[in-house]
Amino acid sequence: MLCQDCKKKEATVHMTQIINNEKIDLNLCRECAEKRGFHSPLEGKAFPLAEFLASILDQSLQKVPPELKESKCSVCRIGYPDFVKSGRLGCGNCYKIFRPQLKDLLRKIHGSDVHRGKIPGVGEDVMKPVREQRRLQEQLKKAVEAEDFEKAAQIRDRIKALERGR
Amino acid sequence: MFEEMVRREAQWLSGEGKNSDIVLSSRVRLARNIRGVPFPTVADADTRQKVLSYVKIAIEKSESFNKGMFHSSSELSPMDKNFLLERHLVSPEFVRDQNGFRGIFIGRDEKISIMVNEEDHLRTQAIKSGLEIKATWQEANRMDDELSKFLEFDFDSDFGYLTSCPTNVGTGIRASVLIHLPGLVLTKEVEKVISRITKMGLSVRGFYGEGTDVLGNLFQISNQTTLGKSEEDIVESLEKITQQIIEYEGNSRVTLFRDAREQIEDKIWRAYGILRYARVLTSDEVMNLLSALRLGIRTGTLSGIDLRSLNQLLILTQPAHLQKYFGSQMNADQRDKRRAEILRERLN
Repeated sequence: MLCQDCKKKEATVHMTQIINNEKIDLNLCRECAEKRGFHSPLEGKAFPLAEFLASILDQSLQKVPPELKESKCSVCRIGYPDFVKSGRLGCGNCYKIFRPQLKDLLRKIHGSDVHRGKIPGVGEDVMKPVREQRRLQEQLKKAVEAEDFEKAAQIRDRIKALERGR
Repeated sequence: MFEEMVRREAQWLSGEGKNSDIVLSSRVRLARNIRGVPFPTVADADTRQKVLSYVKIAIEKSESFNKGMFHSSSELSPMDKNFLLERHLVSPEFVRDQNGFRGIFIGRDEKISIMVNEEDHLRTQAIKSGLEIKATWQEANRMDDELSKFLEFDFDSDFGYLTSCPTNVGTGIRASVLIHLPGLVLTKEVEKVISRITKMGLSVRGFYGEGTDVLGNLFQISNQTTLGKSEEDIVESLEKITQQIIEYEGNSRVTLFRDAREQIEDKIWRAYGILRYARVLTSDEVMNLLSALRLGIRTGTLSGIDLRSLNQLLILTQPAHLQKYFGSQMNADQRDKRRAEILRERLN
């Protein structure tokens, strides 16, 4: 079926509109559908993360102390303004140099600035109790906030047990 | 290249696995970088070349990856790259290939792959048919363990795995499902569901990931944040929300068939008729018609077609696949004819 508007392209958008009890069928190609103002349900939502990142990066540059604006990472030679412009860091060392700014940024993006997932290779056994303790302390805080003291007591016991184990 | 692969079924679209009528596939990818080496976006050609060879050596040394193929981007034509994109083995960013010295390892059954020097040094991917997010994560995790025997990854005790873009830092995980939601689209509930999903910290995209349009009512849903939660928690929450969406989709199909059975069945049969008899078909049109067929199989309107063949048609009718399949370069008009030809052949 050809698009009823341009009568050139194949209609790929099929719609039924009901206006004042009158049924209207529309068969349009994608371009003509867009001209009539019908958009894909994802339109404008395709890059929520990228847009969000760009907007908070802009704000973060304004708060950056002037001396940091001059400094560059010694490994990859990326400066903070470069990062703000591209949204990409240059190497692992950048995370050390721009740490305070990144902590703030990561909290805004992820709602956290602490990794709680997998740890590579040998580090696993050493770090596991530390992370477990962090996790329990958070649960404890939540339980206390919710005034669930029975649960809080249980969590506290588990934290104590974990500390004894080390 | 890939003349043999184009005739092979993509295993991650085998139609197996849980809820595979609605969830086509589950995918997990992990972003990793090698310690002390600038990320690919800023590294010079020499450094990128070195990274490419490090990863290649690691893959050759490891027994886990012994059945598979490694290709550098320099051996791949633009059409080869598009072919891999259509098969979901590389990203749109990989195809753009601005810097060169990229590489792709493809496991024998295409269920695992590793992109080298895309935005990060490594992007390890596992993909399975159906709603199998946990199993897919376990597979990706196993690959990651294996690679870390040979490569030291950039890791920070506070920030976790370090990545080029701060939106991937921490776990570096992106877990996603490719889900078919015609019921929600037809009942116009889909925008409500999408906004609910995005509020729960997930993101929604089209068929080929970042920045792509919705085609054939196929949506890609993935986790948005990567830091502060364990991989298991991220995977579990995606699985839970996906199950909820499956339920919404089911309800909307019940509504559709209750209120508009004839119209829906007509739509399905018309799609079947066009696919079986048309002489010229565009890729977008086929995606949308195949969506109607998928709905028809699930609701029992159509019989005699299985999900497996339908899934394969979804890939085989894409532009680069068609050209590989017929072994010649074709313009859009020629492709539209050949596409109709394949569909007539497979559906009759």
